[in-house]
Amino acid sequence: MKSTPFKRLSIAFTIAALMAGCSSGVKLDDVPVEDKGATSTTGGGAGAGGAGQSGVAPVDLSQSSRDVGGPVGVARIIYFDFDSYTVKPEFQSLLEAHARYLKASSARKVMLEGHTDDRGGREYNLALGQKRAEAVRRSLGLLGVSDAQVEAVSYGKEKPAVQGNNESAFAQNRRVELSYR
Amino acid sequence: MPHISRRHAVAALAAASSLPALAQFRVEIAGVGLTQLPIAIAPLRGEAQSPQKISAIVQADLERSGRFVGVDASGVPLDETSRPDLSQWRQRKADALNTGSVTRLADGRFDVRFRLWDVVKGQDLGGQSFVVTQADLRLVAHRIADFIYEKLTGERGVFSTRIAYVTKVGARYSLWVADADGENAQSALSSPEPIISPAWSPTGTQLAYVSFESRKPVVYVHDVATGKRRLIANFRGSNSAPAWSPDGRTLAVTLSRDGGSQLYTIDAGGGEPRRLMQSAGIDTEPAFSSDGRSIYFVSDRGGSPQIYRVGSGGGNAERVTFNGSYNISPAISPDGQWLAYISRIGGAFKLQVMDLKSGTVSSLTDTSADESPSFAPNSRLILYGTQQQGREALMTTTLDGKIKARLAGQGGDIREPDWGPFQK
Repeated sequence: MKSTPFKRLSIAFTIAALMAGCSSGVKLDDVPVEDKGATSTTGGGAGAGGAGQSGVAPVDLSQSSRDVGGPVGVARIIYFDFDSYTVKPEFQSLLEAHARYLKASSARKVMLEGHTDDRGGREYNLALGQKRAEAVRRSLGLLGVSDAQVEAVSYGKEKPAVQGNNESAFAQNRRVELSYR
Repeated sequence: MPHISRRHAVAALAAASSLPALAQFRVEIAGVGLTQLPIAIAPLRGEAQSPQKISAIVQADLERSGRFVGVDASGVPLDETSRPDLSQWRQRKADALNTGSVTRLADGRFDVRFRLWDVVKGQDLGGQSFVVTQADLRLVAHRIADFIYEKLTGERGVFSTRIAYVTKVGARYSLWVADADGENAQSALSSPEPIISPAWSPTGTQLAYVSFESRKPVVYVHDVATGKRRLIANFRGSNSAPAWSPDGRTLAVTLSRDGGSQLYTIDAGGGEPRRLMQSAGIDTEPAFSSDGRSIYFVSDRGGSPQIYRVGSGGGNAERVTFNGSYNISPAISPDGQWLAYISRIGGAFKLQVMDLKSGTVSSLTDTSADESPSFAPNSRLILYGTQQQGREALMTTTLDGKIKARLAGQGGDIREPDWGPFQK
């Protein structure tokens, strides 16, 4: 839909009105997704006005980026056994398909996101998820994928695939997801 | 409607409001301490017209500390200007009595005054006055509780300090800054992606935390009064577990940029990380000792996660925990005497405290999903996350485990608490 000058103006007014109605808050729409160095994102000057000395300025982040690309029709999740950080042989063909795609399109990058089940500490699980992601990174490396195309990261137990306090749920949550950006 | 004088109407209002005022606190005291001082916190004159029920806040603070037990003081408010009839309070078995007033000024601010009495000796123990905005009325209540706590125990109170915690409501994660009783929560950050591991700077003005907003774990430092944020660690791989040095100049973090989860230190202003050690396994969850000379951390170098200690410049690590096969999340008390951590015992995750001098370990809770312990700045209480009736909850406990209180908080899941330092 084409936006008319009037519409643009009314949107601007709406935004201005929203900002004015919000005494100390500032919405952050530009999320720093790819910042490499130490940059600062300003959350606005609050703490003034009637906020007093215990005032806190809120920062509100919008939706994060979504996946794009990757090989068509190929699964993107590798599951792990309990307390295990090695890629099972049954996932070899899946990894080979991703390796072929990455070698054929050297500009593409993939994030390997490690996950754990929800038992135990958040930070320790983050480190365990990292171990799983790095195991997949090594497997892709052995299949000839350039290390520059893959990044191993971890969500720990923060993003379970399924909710539930049983072995079936735990098994579905112990995984590495391949996410093309 | 019968005509009643204004004065009577005010008194009736004050009496009626005292019960709901107390009910707003979801403080649950479980267990009985041995030496609790009975104290009466009388409603302040003018409190019925005040947006905050100051006396109720003060009483809940003092009871949560485990050092005081409240004596019923509902009824007619007592102000700070006249000497109360102390014999009446002796009969009610109160050892101390607080009186005061709150008055709305013409400019909209509030004048709050109080006076503390030693009921047993019949002595005036002093008082203070404050002129504040409405937003700081709760802070004043906590300052009054701090004054009373210090006068009667000889130690500094922690009620006017702040805590941070994270909630998850639906798909939305929020980082909150709240009073030490969990009330008055203000949102510092709201995000569609997880936020974990908030850590207060030693000045109490900044929070370091891990945010997944760029769909990987990245460490930020966030100035809470202005909302200004800066990236501290956004290296290839995962960046997590920020911990401040006591002088606020350095952060210890866990990075995977060189493979594996390993510990680094980094200047609080940003810059190139320095690797603390090399290990074959996982090293994470750093926590500086109170003198800043060593760093406690979790490592699975011995086959299972245990707590170790290393010099803050690196060197050889020594093992600290020996009981059980899963000990994580170390926190050191500001006085340097205690190590709080989480231990997996028979499938349950339990808050433990170790006397660092003797090595003696005590288990403090009867819950089974404890996490993220941190100490009050006076080293007298531990704040931690847990689950009660299947819901996430924040609790405080005394170091003997006898007095526990559940903190108020936002709806939804509530977790990852961190207790901030003394405020100036």
